Amino acid sequence: MYNEKVLEHFKNPHNVGSIQDPDGYAEVGSVECGDTMQMYIKVKDDRISDIKYKTYGCCAAIASSSIASDMALGKTLEEAEAISKTDIVNELGGLPERKYHCSLMAEDALKAAIADYRSKNKTPRQ
Amino acid sequence: MAVYLDHSATTYLDEAVFSKMEPYFTRKFGNASTPYAYGREADRAVMEAREKTAAALCASASEIYFTSGGTESDNWAIKGAAEAAGKGHIITSSVEHHAVLDTCRYLEAKGFEVTYLPVDAKGMVSAQSVRDALRPDTILITVMFANNEVGTVMPVAEIGAIAREKGILFHTDAVQAVGHCSIDVGAMGIDMLSLSAHKFYGPKGVGALYIRNGVKIAKFMHGGAQEKDSRAGTTNTPGIVGLGAAIELAADTMDAENAHEAALAARLKEGLLKIPYTKLNGHETSRLPGNVNITFEGIEGEALMTYLDLEGIAVSTGSACTSGSIHPSHVLMAMGLSPEDARGAVRFTLGRENTEEQIDEVIQKTSDIAAKIREVSPLFAQRKGGIKRV
Repeated sequence: MYNEKVLEHFKNPHNVGSIQDPDGYAEVGSVECGDTMQMYIKVKDDRISDIKYKTYGCCAAIASSSIASDMALGKTLEEAEAISKTDIVNELGGLPERKYHCSLMAEDALKAAIADYRSKNKTPRQ
Repeated sequence: MAVYLDHSATTYLDEAVFSKMEPYFTRKFGNASTPYAYGREADRAVMEAREKTAAALCASASEIYFTSGGTESDNWAIKGAAEAAGKGHIITSSVEHHAVLDTCRYLEAKGFEVTYLPVDAKGMVSAQSVRDALRPDTILITVMFANNEVGTVMPVAEIGAIAREKGILFHTDAVQAVGHCSIDVGAMGIDMLSLSAHKFYGPKGVGALYIRNGVKIAKFMHGGAQEKDSRAGTTNTPGIVGLGAAIELAADTMDAENAHEAALAARLKEGLLKIPYTKLNGHETSRLPGNVNITFEGIEGEALMTYLDLEGIAVSTGSACTSGSIHPSHVLMAMGLSPEDARGAVRFTLGRENTEEQIDEVIQKTSDIAAKIREVSPLFAQRKGGIKRV
């Protein structure tokens, strides 16, 4: 049901954890299935210099969180904000169709953590 | 090592049962409805299977109708009773298999009224709640013998006694119970009973509906005079032979099998409950011997199932039919679990060939995997002395 890449990220998710004093933080939930995700970011020179998260959910939710954190790390805020659930699914090499919604949570969490950073630092999106 | 712990989903086909079926696929291929020797040979085999099935339920052979499985038996019993009555009220429980629940909902859309009885925290329907739900226009009570998710065995005989007293039809979905529970349809006041062969080491695609002599329900399949002109369709001789052989074997070995499963289940339960933040779902005693259903807090059941699968261990989250949907199990929700606890539930169901060694391996792997998944869970945090719930 899941491809090798998805299973690898599920078994050994990257960037798991929390950041003590994050520059941006968000907690989002999936209304559809009750999954939750906490996202922490550090920002340096308008780039994501560190990223951590915690995810409660199925294999697809955990793998999506892991790959989204990889995709966002080192990106400018604008580039990171542009990451969509389709990008996440593509980067994973595909997910079962009924699991697409699981990757939306990672997109939402990333966007919300950046929005939190922007609101604290008064740097509205250009 | 591959370990199969999903016997409530299905069992393997017993080799001895398969060898009895084999000739009826090939050499003994006759249509059981034909009058010549080929047909008579098949018909004799079907009759023998009917007698064996009846014996396992303390019924008469004339009360056994072969079907394509549990789902068809449930559909036939419930729709057949409803159609025969024309209108009225049906009593069922909120923890039935979807084959019963969806059929009742279908009938509701057709104008029948349905009461879905609640269950207690252990998944048990009370006989008193059945009595309280009775109405002058109640036409059918359908309550399962044993629950497929948490294994709770219902007070079937008490419900049967109420049905008998009031003269209302009583159907029970015994798909999970056959092979594990002693069944005496007469003593238990059961008018109709559904069973399925692949749950007790028989083949898939064959089941039976017991219909007490004298009970009139509408025909379900039209197009032939098979099964006393009640269930049309060419007789599935090899399947029926398999069902008969499997149910006879299950009845003969029931006590030993139950003891084997109960011992392993106790070992598994004890081991899994040593993992922090876990709890048992279901009844402590009135329970199928091989069922262990555990909630792992802070873990999504499907994640644990997927990880165990990667290790060669097959388990189920709630019910196999629920894993395609994103809603928590209707059974666990009816028992009053929080959505989160319901989503953290994993079902382990034991069978004949499981060993202590396998159980110990499953405990160890589940413990390791639960710790790994909790590292990712926002509901848990690394603390001194291990992982702690936040």
